[in-house]
Amino acid sequence: MPLVPQRAPEQSDCGLVASLDNVRNLSTVLKAIHFRDHATCFATKNGIKVTVENAKCVQANAFIQAGIFQEFKVQEEPVTFRINLTVLLDCLSIFGSNPVPGNLTALRMCYQGYGYPLMLFLEEGGVVTVCKISTQEPEETLDFDFCSTNVVNKIILQSEGLREAFSELDMTSEVLQITMSPDKPYFRLSTFGNAGSSHLDYPKDSDLMESFHCNQTQVNRYKISLLKPSTKALVLSCKVSVRTDNRGFLSLQYMIRNEDGQVCFVEYYCCPDEEPPESES
Amino acid sequence: MKFRAKIVDPACLNHFTRVSCMVAKLARACTLRIRPQKLNFILADTAAGGGVSMWCELPQENFFSEFQMEGVSEESNEIYVELTSENLFRALKTAQNARSLKVKLTNKHFPCLTVSVELSSASNSSRMVTHDIPVKVIPRKLWKNLQEPTVPDSDVSIYLPVLKTMKSVVEKMKNISNHLIIEANLNGDLNLKIESELVCVTTHFKDLGNPPLAPKASTQDRDPEQMVEVHVDIRKFLQFLAGQQVNPTKAVCNVVSHRMVHFDLLHEDVALQYFIPALS
Repeated sequence: MPLVPQRAPEQSDCGLVASLDNVRNLSTVLKAIHFRDHATCFATKNGIKVTVENAKCVQANAFIQAGIFQEFKVQEEPVTFRINLTVLLDCLSIFGSNPVPGNLTALRMCYQGYGYPLMLFLEEGGVVTVCKISTQEPEETLDFDFCSTNVVNKIILQSEGLREAFSELDMTSEVLQITMSPDKPYFRLSTFGNAGSSHLDYPKDSDLMESFHCNQTQVNRYKISLLKPSTKALVLSCKVSVRTDNRGFLSLQYMIRNEDGQVCFVEYYCCPDEEPPESES
Repeated sequence: MKFRAKIVDPACLNHFTRVSCMVAKLARACTLRIRPQKLNFILADTAAGGGVSMWCELPQENFFSEFQMEGVSEESNEIYVELTSENLFRALKTAQNARSLKVKLTNKHFPCLTVSVELSSASNSSRMVTHDIPVKVIPRKLWKNLQEPTVPDSDVSIYLPVLKTMKSVVEKMKNISNHLIIEANLNGDLNLKIESELVCVTTHFKDLGNPPLAPKASTQDRDPEQMVEVHVDIRKFLQFLAGQQVNPTKAVCNVVSHRMVHFDLLHEDVALQYFIPALS
């Protein structure tokens, strides 16, 4: 490992420099994808993408666009590294997860390049915290090849409509079955647990439904254990787009509004579990 | 051996409850020492407790409207009892908005500290709630272990920052490491530091100020910027911070390089000293 600088490195020799007046604009979005310990970060001049994966079946991406930061510079793109997300979040919230209103934590972040640690400088009320987090070899991330031209069904819902459904999912069911159809039941969430099956229908003209574009009836099952972590993003978001493509792959896109009114997106991809039995209605 | 005391003022009652809450958070079991002028809550340093010790002192006349006591003998007019601090706190919690509170040393099959609370109710009649807290009377030959600890000459003495900020920082640090490094100098700088394979985190507090030190040869000619450090168990430090519900009037941290850290706090008229030994 190269020698680690004691002071903040000069901007010129930093692969990535970013600063932020309110660290929560970053930490909130990262919390939405925090369901595994490790994350891969990609930085381009457009912003940072942070990816978390599980079981080669589910992938979550958080996009923090450059405009969220007060200063954002990338020298040679793309800058890629793997990091312990749990540690990163602990560091970002070092001054407390629920700070007093009007008491903001500012952040300056530097990553010199391959083999160097990620340096964080956090400041609140004159107190400064310096964190040096080791980075790891970036891992290849999955390509779900989810292409908008192959999307069969797409709906946009207000998140509050799904929030209760997801937080109360019957976890004794192995799968969550999603039915999307141009005809009744339009949009249905089903579970098949120890205490019986449950179906939750959303009518197409519901107030919660922002847009409804379903072209053909699709019934797909997804491992509930893989989808459950997306509740974290759901809770933080205001709108969610649910899409499926011709292979039955699911894309959930969450729109998260931060404390400054800016919008960030978090996206979950999940592959289907198996073909549903014919008899199921 | 006799002890009986009464609190009627709601502010005093509240303050006494807060003190018992703090003691309960700092020590599971403690010794209550009763003297004609003062009360002490003591946690003696034992190997089982990891060497942490506490000394809390309050003047009785600021709390009690009546206070009578008779020690074991005329020449040693003191009483030492051991109790579970949580029991005392729970008993006092029921005394919120009470008309009065009486504390008495009784013998009901076994020695007890009896806390009687007079609660007002909607009708004019009042209700009495009585808690009997079992205590163990400590014989005189063991008193010598429960005397006010002497503060060793510290290398750096520094005022503490807002405890709430320190608490949230240390809480997060605890998720990463068990081992905390406290560093301070004579220039008003205090650093809290953890180091692990994954991450190094340092929080810098500046311009805290240093109380005047007792003149000591070694500190006279020392560079004020030079840091003195001590490694402690982060859970013990957090326990101390969690016990401070209100920011104290005065808070000083004394660092004895590589040996121990001593906290000297003043909550109005209640003095608290807390010692955390260095990890070897």
